[in-house]
Amino acid sequence: MSGTHAHTVGFTRDTMIPQADPPMTSVGAIGWAHKNLFSTWFNAIVTVASLALIFYVLAMIVPWAISPTWESSSLSECRDILAAANGGESGHGACWGVIRERWVQLMFGFYPSHLHWRPVAAFILLGVALAPVLFSDKVPAKLLYFTLAYPFIFPWLLWGGTIWAPLSVAAGFGVGYLAYRIVSAVAGDLLSVLAGVVAALVWWLVLSGYVVDALAGLIPIGLEPVQSRDFGGFMLSITIGVVAIAASLPLGVLLALGRRSDLLIVRYLSVGFIEFIRGVPLITLLFVASTLLNIFMPPGTDFDIILRVLIMVTLFATAYMAEVIRGGLAALPKGQYEGADSLGLNYWQAQRLIIMPQALKISIPGIVSTFIGVFKDTTLVSIIGLMDPLGLTNGIRADTNWNGIVWELYGFIALVFFVFCFSMSRYSMYLERRLHTGRK
Amino acid sequence: MRKSVFLGALTVAGLAAAAAAAGTVDDVKARGKLNCGVATGVPGFAAPDANGEWEGFDVAVCRAVAAAVLGDPKAVEFVPTTGKTRFTALASGEIDMLARNTTWTFSRDVDLKFEFVGVNYYDGQGFMVPKALGVSSAKELDGATVCIQTGTTTELNLADFFRVNNMSYEPVPIETNAEAQQQYLAGACDVYTTDASGLAATRATFENSADHILLPEIISKEPLAPLVRHGDSEWGDIVRWTLNALIAAEEYGVTSTNIGELSAGTDNPEINRLLGTEGKLGEMLGLDADWAKRAIMAGGNYGEIFAKNIGESTPIGLARGLNAQWKDGGLLYSPPFR
Amino acid sequence: MTSLTDPQKDRFRLSMLLYDTRYRSATIQIIALIFFMLVAAWLISNTAQNLAALGKPIDLGFLTEPASYDINQRLLDYDSRDSHLRASFIGLLNTLVVAVLGCATATVIGVIVGVLRLSPNWLVGRLMTVYVESFRNVPVLLWIVFFMAILIETLPAPSAFRGDDPAAHMLLGDSVAITNRGVYIPEPLFSNSLGDIHLFGASPLRFDVSLDLIAILAVLGLGLWASAWIRRRADGIQEATGARPTTWYLRLGVVSVPLAVLLLMLGFHLGMPELKGFNFRGGTHMRNSLIALWLALSLYTAAFIAEIVRAGILAISSGQTEAAAALGLRPRRIMSLVILPQALRVIVPPLISQYLNLTKNSSLAIAVGYMDITGTLGGITMNQTGRELECVLMLMMIYLIISLSISAVMNWYNESVKLRER
Repeated sequence: MSGTHAHTVGFTRDTMIPQADPPMTSVGAIGWAHKNLFSTWFNAIVTVASLALIFYVLAMIVPWAISPTWESSSLSECRDILAAANGGESGHGACWGVIRERWVQLMFGFYPSHLHWRPVAAFILLGVALAPVLFSDKVPAKLLYFTLAYPFIFPWLLWGGTIWAPLSVAAGFGVGYLAYRIVSAVAGDLLSVLAGVVAALVWWLVLSGYVVDALAGLIPIGLEPVQSRDFGGFMLSITIGVVAIAASLPLGVLLALGRRSDLLIVRYLSVGFIEFIRGVPLITLLFVASTLLNIFMPPGTDFDIILRVLIMVTLFATAYMAEVIRGGLAALPKGQYEGADSLGLNYWQAQRLIIMPQALKISIPGIVSTFIGVFKDTTLVSIIGLMDPLGLTNGIRADTNWNGIVWELYGFIALVFFVFCFSMSRYSMYLERRLHTGRK
Repeated sequence: MRKSVFLGALTVAGLAAAAAAAGTVDDVKARGKLNCGVATGVPGFAAPDANGEWEGFDVAVCRAVAAAVLGDPKAVEFVPTTGKTRFTALASGEIDMLARNTTWTFSRDVDLKFEFVGVNYYDGQGFMVPKALGVSSAKELDGATVCIQTGTTTELNLADFFRVNNMSYEPVPIETNAEAQQQYLAGACDVYTTDASGLAATRATFENSADHILLPEIISKEPLAPLVRHGDSEWGDIVRWTLNALIAAEEYGVTSTNIGELSAGTDNPEINRLLGTEGKLGEMLGLDADWAKRAIMAGGNYGEIFAKNIGESTPIGLARGLNAQWKDGGLLYSPPFR
Repeated sequence: MTSLTDPQKDRFRLSMLLYDTRYRSATIQIIALIFFMLVAAWLISNTAQNLAALGKPIDLGFLTEPASYDINQRLLDYDSRDSHLRASFIGLLNTLVVAVLGCATATVIGVIVGVLRLSPNWLVGRLMTVYVESFRNVPVLLWIVFFMAILIETLPAPSAFRGDDPAAHMLLGDSVAITNRGVYIPEPLFSNSLGDIHLFGASPLRFDVSLDLIAILAVLGLGLWASAWIRRRADGIQEATGARPTTWYLRLGVVSVPLAVLLLMLGFHLGMPELKGFNFRGGTHMRNSLIALWLALSLYTAAFIAEIVRAGILAISSGQTEAAAALGLRPRRIMSLVILPQALRVIVPPLISQYLNLTKNSSLAIAVGYMDITGTLGGITMNQTGRELECVLMLMMIYLIISLSISAVMNWYNESVKLRER
C-alpha cells in the first residue's frame, strides 16, 4: 500500500527551481513607473497632466533660450541675427548680448574694474571665515581667529582706505577690554563693563581719528578708496545682506535677552522695538533711509545713502534675528539654566559659557534663513534708486542699444538669486538634520 | 575736516557736519568731486554705459559744472535718484545739484525751498498713440487707458486735462520709462503720456517706430531745469552761469573745436568776457578766468551737447523746436555776459 | 543668635543700588529708561532743528488739500478733486483687498501643494518641490515684475477682440474677457436696488454700504442659522432614538429658497462686459496690476505655506491615527477629530505670520503701479507735497496697526488651542 502510495505521489520537488525574475510590472523602469507614476487611475491622470505641463513650459522656454545672439551688441542687431537665422522672417528668441555686455556691471555695479579682485577676495575670505562656524567638524578650530578678524578685513577690502582705520577700530575693542580689566580689579562687574564701554567709545569717537591720521601720515599703507555709491549689482546685495546679518547678530542677541529678561522696562523696550520693526514693511524702512534718516541726525550730518540703507536693513534684520535667537533660547532645556545657576555663575557668565553657545548653535538654521530673507529683500533698494541688480536693469534698459529688453535681464537675475539662495537653504537643511541627530 | 574713523571706515567723509555750512562751492572744492543727482535711466538724458560711465543731456550739465569748478569734467559722482528721493537727496546735502529732468514749478521753487537755475530743456507733456488706433487728437481719447510715468507732474497734468475736457480715462501709473514702454507696446494701454522729449526718445527705439504717432496737443509746460538748494546763492550763481555759458557759447558760435583759437582773443568783447580774456567774470564767481572755457570744452556748447545726446542724428532724434536759440525762433536766451 | 538670622537693618547706602539685588534691577531699568529717553529726545530735537532749518514744520494740513491725481482702482467714489486723505483711504482699501485675496488664495494653493508634496506620485512630488524651491529662492519683487510682464506680453490686447475675424474671443458665452489690461467679469446688478447707506457724510472717510448686500447677507445668515438649528434638532433626535432623520433637502431649502426669492425681488441680473471704444465697458474690471500682484504674492507665499502644511502633517505621529482607529473612529472622523486639530496647532501660528508677510509684501505694489497705500500716501502724495516725514510716519503707523491686528488674532488663537498641561 505504502508502495503504491509512494508510487502515486507523482512529483516531489527535490531541487529548488531557479529564482524567477519578478513580473515586468514591478521592477526596473517600468516597475518604478508603475509604482510611482501610475499606481491608480487618478495618479495616471495626474502624471499625464504633469508631463503635459512640463512639456508646455519647456517648449516655451527652451527654443527661446537657445539663441545665437551672444555676440550681439544691441537689440536691433539681435533682431537682425534672429531674422537671418529664421530665413528673413522676424525670429523669436532671447537676446543674450545684453548679458555678455553687462554681466560684469550686474555683478559689481560701478566698482572700478581694476579693483574687482577686492570684492571677490572679500567674498572668498568670507567663506573661509565662516567655515569654522558652519563646518565645525571639518576645519581646524584655529581658523576661528581669522573669523574674529574678518569683520575688520571685510570693510577694508570693499571700501579701501588706510589699513590703520580698521586696525584702530579693532584696537577699540582692546582698549575697552583693557579698561574692563583695570577697573574690575578695583570695582564691581557692572561698573567695569561700563568703564570698558565708555573707554572704547572715547577711543572710537575721539582719539582714533587723530591716531589714524598720524599713523597714515607716517606709514601710509592702504588700498585705493572706493566710494560706496560705486557699489552695485549683486555685490551690493551681498554686501548689504552680509553687513546687516553680521551687525544684527550681536544686537539680536541683546534684544532676545532683553525680551526674555525679568526687568520689566527692558522687556517692554525690547518687545516694542521688535514688534515695531516686524510690523512695518521693509520698504517703509527704506523710505526712512532715503528721506528721513538725515532729518533724524544732527543738522549737517550726511551719511551716504548706502550707509543709511545699511543702518535700516540692519535694524530690520535685528528684529528678525532677535526672534530667531529667542527661539533658540526657548528651545534650550530648563536644566541648562538651572545648572548654570547651581554652578554659581552670574547672569553674563551663564550666558557666555552655557546658554549662548548652545542657543546660537541651534539657531544657525534660523539665522541662515534670515540671511536668505534679507538677501532677497535687498532687491527692494531698487525702489529707492540704488543700483542693485534690479535697479541696474532700469539703467541698462535706458541705454538706447538695449531699450526693450525684458526677459533676459530678469531671467539672469532670477537665476543668480536662485543659485545663491537655493544652495544656502540646502546647507541650512543639512545643518538642521545634523543638529537634529546630535540632540537625540 | 576731521574724519571720525569709526564711521569713516564705512564712509569716506562720514561726518562732514561742520563743513556743510561753509558753502557748497567750498565743499565741492575740498572734496574734489561734484555730487550730481541724475535720473536712474532716461534714454538720451542720463544712462550708464557698460563701463559705468554716465552719458546724456542732463549728465553733460553736471560735467560742465565740474569742469568749471574743479577743472575736470570727470570729477563727478553721479547719484541716481528716483522721483521720490531726488528732493530729499538735494535738501539733505547728499548731492550738490540735481540735473534730473525736473520741472520748474512754483511750489518746488518756493515751498520746497529749491532754486532753479535756468531751463536746460523746454518740454511739454504729450501723447503717443499707435497709428492703428486712428486717433488724431487728444480730445478723442475719451475712455482710453493711459500709461503715465509717476513721480513727476505728469499725473497731475493728465488729471486736469481729462477733467477740463470732461472725458474719462483709466490711468496706469508706472515707475520707469522702460516698463511703461513695454506696456504700451504690448497694447496694455492705448496711450503713453510723458514729456514730449521722452516720448520721442522712446519712439525712436521702437522696432517699427513709424507705426506710432505723437498727438499734436502738448498739455503742459515742462521747463526742465537743474536746481540747487535755496540759500546758497554763490553756488546757485555758479551753476546758473555755467548753464548760461553753454547757451551763450552757441549763440556766439563758440564750439569745442574753435574754442582754442577764440580764447587767444577775438574782436568780439562778449566772447572775450565769456572766455576770460577780458574782464573778471570768473573772479566774481569765485572761480578762475578760464571757468567758462573749461565748461564749454567739457562737452561742447549747448548745441553740441544737444546734437550729441538727443539731436536729430542720434537715435533719440529730437528737433530743436523750443530749444533753439532765440535768434532762431526758440526760447533759449542767455542773459548777457557783462 | 538673632544677629545671624535677622536681615541687616543698616541704613541705605548708595552702593546698594549696584550691589544689592533688591535694588539692582530697578537701577538697571531706570538707567535703560533714561538712556532710551535720551536717545528719543536727541532724535526728536534733531528732527525739530532740521525741519526748522528746512522751513517745513510738521503739519498735517496738506492732507485736506485736493490730491489732483486719479486712482484707477477705487472701491469707493473718488475723483481728482478729493483730498489726499481720501486718496490714502482709497489706497488703504486697495491694500486690504489684495491682502485678503492673496491670503485666501495662498492658503488654498499652499495646502494643496503641501499635500501634493507628500504624494506617492514621484513626478507630482518633484514638480511641487521645483515649484516650492523656485518661488522661495527668488525675491518676491522679481516675481511680481515677472508676473506683470507675463500678463502684459502673453494676453491679447482689447484691440485683438475687435473686427469681423478677431484674434481673441471672450469666454463663457461672451461673459468673461481676459485681456492684457486685466480680466473683465460680469458684475451683479439689481434693477430694484434698495440703494446705499452713506456713512460719515462728506468726510474723507465716507463710505457707502450697499443695502442690497446687507439684505443678502442677512438672509444668508438667517438661512444658515436655521440650517444649523435643523441640524441640532436632528442631533437631538438621533441621541433620543438612534435614528437620524434625513435633513439635507430641508437644510438646503432653508438656505437657498429665501435667497432666491430675495434676489428675484431685487431684480438681480448680471452686467456683461462689452467692447466699446478703446476698452471693455461694463462688468467688473480686475486690473492686471491687481492680478499680477495677487498671483505673485499668493504663489510666493503659498510656497512657504506648503512647507508649513507639510511639516504640520508630518509632525503628527502615526500613533495618533492608529490609536484613533483603535477607538473605533472612522477615517473621516479621525481626520476631523484627531489629526486636524493637532496639525492646525502646529500649522496656524506660522501660517498667520505668513499672512503678515504677505500683507507687508503687498507694499511692493508700487513696482507694478497698483495704487495701494504705499502708491498713494507713500507715493504720489509724498512726491507732490514733499511732506516726507508726515507721509512715511503715517504709512508706518497704518501698516503697524494692520500687523498688530493680525498678531492679536494669532495670539488669541494660540491661547485658545494651547495644550492645557496638567
